[in-house]
Amino acid sequence: GVLERSREQLLRQTCEAVVLGVLHPRTAISLVLQVLSDAGSLLSCCLNAACMALLDAGLPLATLFCGVTCALQPDGTILLDPTARQEQDARAILTFAIASSERKVLMATTKGSCSVEEMQQCLAAAQRAANTIFQFYRDSVRRRYSK
Amino acid sequence: MAAERGTAADSLVGQVVLPGDLLLLPAHYDEDAEGERLRLSAGAAPQGRLLCGPGLRRSGAGLLVTTCGLLRHRPGGGGAYWVDSQQKRYVPVKGDHVIGIVTVKAGDVFRLDVGGSEPASLSYLAFEGATKRNRPNVQVGDLIYGQFVVANKDMEPEMVCIDSSGKSSGMGIIGQDGFLFKVSLGLIRKLLAPKCEIIQELSQLYPFELVIGMNGRIWVKAKTVQQTLIIVNILEACEYMTAEQRKQALAKLSGN
Repeated sequence: GVLERSREQLLRQTCEAVVLGVLHPRTAISLVLQVLSDAGSLLSCCLNAACMALLDAGLPLATLFCGVTCALQPDGTILLDPTARQEQDARAILTFAIASSERKVLMATTKGSCSVEEMQQCLAAAQRAANTIFQFYRDSVRRRYSK
Repeated sequence: MAAERGTAADSLVGQVVLPGDLLLLPAHYDEDAEGERLRLSAGAAPQGRLLCGPGLRRSGAGLLVTTCGLLRHRPGGGGAYWVDSQQKRYVPVKGDHVIGIVTVKAGDVFRLDVGGSEPASLSYLAFEGATKRNRPNVQVGDLIYGQFVVANKDMEPEMVCIDSSGKSSGMGIIGQDGFLFKVSLGLIRKLLAPKCEIIQELSQLYPFELVIGMNGRIWVKAKTVQQTLIIVNILEACEYMTAEQRKQALAKLSGN
């Protein structure tokens, strides 16, 4: 459907910004994501899975990336990694793809409405949360190479 | 955040690095870039150019890591840094010896599947003793052990089965029977290291023939089918077994 298509486009644009395509001309790189269970924050889960898959495959990447979802509740509080229930109750849901080099923003998408200041606050919270995810990547890779 | 601007390459040798990490080189490598600075203390810096190996790209003042893996360093001859990564997909590199499967016989050229993104081409004259009258007997589906003479991202890879002096030195069509299977590239590098224990221990078990291709393919042939399959299973399992587990498994097999 249209929703899946838009998710595909967002993922594709993020990956294209990060993968060093110059090293593989005339080559198609296809990334297949199969949703096993959806408990909320699906797009950022897909982004994280895509980054780990690209890492595992050994494709040359300029930087790592991760996805963080923020839910803005009606009273203005920011919830990171909302569940499906929290997403339904929220006023706006923002998803950011954040790169590991200087925490730059690769992709931002919003569902619902929020003010510019609120978006900036969500972005700052997401950039802080990205540290945890990058540390998780580092620990996973360390575990793999320790065998 | 300051640490991410770059860490010294020497401190990370032997540790896991991830894409996006910036490695700073020791200062003496940068002196060539600023030609007007005179070197007052001669003899302290190593001679030769630094080799930036797979998984690294030059970026400004240092090296940018592009694949995840362990950072390695070789000090001899100007020094070399590279990233040792485990991956299964092969990218053709000039000079690599690989096992290819013949898929198409198109006139004077064979197309081989080497596991890369494009099939490699092999001319019928690239065998030892081949002339226009004396063609090699190659059929579709045969296994060929050869090396790359042309392998870059812009051109179709080309293989030959002779070395620079015209001798085959072990390359050519791989014989009948035997078993071809695929392993990860990290295991191949381990097996091809000098004095590999796995091969030595296996050779004490049964006599066998072994051809190892850098594209992740291994061909094994032993006296009976059962021995061949046992060797195949051990080689495939070696990736995940530690040395003690392997010794135990081999001891059990040689006890039978």
